[in-house]
Amino acid sequence: MSAHRRVFGALIRMDSVTKRYPDGTVAVDRLSLEIPDRSITVLVGPSGCGKTTTLRMINRMVEPSEGTILLDGEDVTRQPVTTLRRSMGYVIQNAGLFQHRTIVDNIATVPRMLGRSKREARERAAELMERVGLDTALARRYPYQLSGGQQQRVGVARALAADPPVLLMDEPFSAVDPVVRKGLQDELLRIQDELGKTIVFVTHDIDEAIRLGTMVAVMREGGRLAQYAPPAELLSAPADAFVEDFLGADRGVRRLSFFPAAGLELTTVPVVPVDATAKRLGAAAKSPYLLVTDVDGRPLGWSEPRDLTPGDIGTDRLLPYGRPFTPGTDSLRAALDCAVLSPTGWAVAVDADGKVLGVVSQSAIGEAIRTAHAGHAGAASAPVTGAVS
Amino acid sequence: MNVLDFAGAFFGDGAHWHGYDGIPQRLLEHVQYSLLALGLAALIGLPVGLVTGHTGRGGNALALVATAARALPSFGLLVLIVIMMGFGLLPVMIPLVILAVPPILVTTYEAVRSVDPAPVDAARGMGMREGRILLQVELPVALPLILSGLRSAAIQIVSTATIAAYVSLGGLGRYIVDGLYQRDYEKVVGGATLVAVLALVTLALFWAAGRLAVSPGVRRR
Repeated sequence: MSAHRRVFGALIRMDSVTKRYPDGTVAVDRLSLEIPDRSITVLVGPSGCGKTTTLRMINRMVEPSEGTILLDGEDVTRQPVTTLRRSMGYVIQNAGLFQHRTIVDNIATVPRMLGRSKREARERAAELMERVGLDTALARRYPYQLSGGQQQRVGVARALAADPPVLLMDEPFSAVDPVVRKGLQDELLRIQDELGKTIVFVTHDIDEAIRLGTMVAVMREGGRLAQYAPPAELLSAPADAFVEDFLGADRGVRRLSFFPAAGLELTTVPVVPVDATAKRLGAAAKSPYLLVTDVDGRPLGWSEPRDLTPGDIGTDRLLPYGRPFTPGTDSLRAALDCAVLSPTGWAVAVDADGKVLGVVSQSAIGEAIRTAHAGHAGAASAPVTGAVS
Repeated sequence: MNVLDFAGAFFGDGAHWHGYDGIPQRLLEHVQYSLLALGLAALIGLPVGLVTGHTGRGGNALALVATAARALPSFGLLVLIVIMMGFGLLPVMIPLVILAVPPILVTTYEAVRSVDPAPVDAARGMGMREGRILLQVELPVALPLILSGLRSAAIQIVSTATIAAYVSLGGLGRYIVDGLYQRDYEKVVGGATLVAVLALVTLALFWAAGRLAVSPGVRRR
């Protein structure tokens, strides 16, 4: 497991925090939360559940009505508000870049506020552009010349510029299309692996929460905490009907992303090279389908044994093999997906070079899922097996 | 004789190009009155507009004052003030400033109000102080609109500063007032032409100021 999944001590501790507005609306209701150090904690819930208000109380953009928030053991109200905010990176939806400043000067904003020289701040900014995956050729451009995804990367770089221990992110990836969002999420996980910040991340997207979160706090209307758990536990044991409903219908399948595919038992019996001899074909012929590979071992497609002629297998009549999975890095979810997509019901496992390691049937994957669930029986009060058919 | 002939005769007469009633002298006086009035109006209108725009408070009061000030006739006000205070530069400045403050005040307020709230939120969240947010985040983005307010105020001042001549002061209004009195229409047309040219020069200056002061990131080119 990558570093961002490791849990250290609590850095931010919210104790019975309430936000009540003068008109009587309660945005957050007696919320207590321990946000672990060096990990991503996601606040997720439907709109109006108080997740953004909760985030904004941490850097005092919103002042709590009751309760205390401790940062590293110290009440956040004890230090001047600007000092507090400068110790936390802040990323918002649509990035909120300063359109009159170049990209490099946008990123250099906080170091400049902290009194660094212009040159030093710009050097730091260029360094951060590379860290968040931006071409430094964009340094002299203005925000309007960048795509939404690029702007959001600048927003992240700007928040990281002064190297704050805490990063607050308020729906940072909501306004970009799904492909760009996936890229930004990957980038965030990579950056987190390298830097180990304490990140509090607000989203309304449960998939994003499960993908990014070390811990996920599900909030419900009225600013109350519905469940606070690691994502795998959330999927296996939702606290109540609200959480279960919010997780959506396919939580069983999604939970499989937390089980590695490495333990699957692969078989090479039905795998035959394109130049296979009659003897080799005969040995494999008891399988209902055979996977034909090229001479280097890369998959070409499926075929029924009787359609194959020794020595010269016609590759144009082969059935597509779908999308292969890599046992070392993929999850059971990816393996199951491959099996479902494959016309034969068998998933193809390949190594990092794309060479076939073996194949595995849907029923073998189903068996592995049952075993994995049995291993997690303590955490899973509601075993999920219905997804495999 | 048509208007062009009048203007040609006026500008062709060498006597109009020197002396205390010469074009350079009157032009200089006119520019001085205008700059002084614009400076005073900006001194009042800009800070009030920036602060009310930033805080979002006092918008209604502002609109009320601005509308009331716009309803005051400059010439009537001048006569009234001269009767009350006597002749001098101050009685001329008061109506000009009252004329120029509303466009500056209202556009500055609107300009700051219309700045995208996201960068302001980001700036506040990264620990920027309010004064700095106003001057370094909102002002640069609001600048094109603020300049347009200053520009319309400047144009109005340049054309209205002619009333200074009615109370014995100089400026280009001298030619118009004296010309009308002396039935010297060359002078009237010449004076009016100079005022119009000065207004166009003012426009050009503001265009140049916009090119220089507004960031390419805001101009978007």
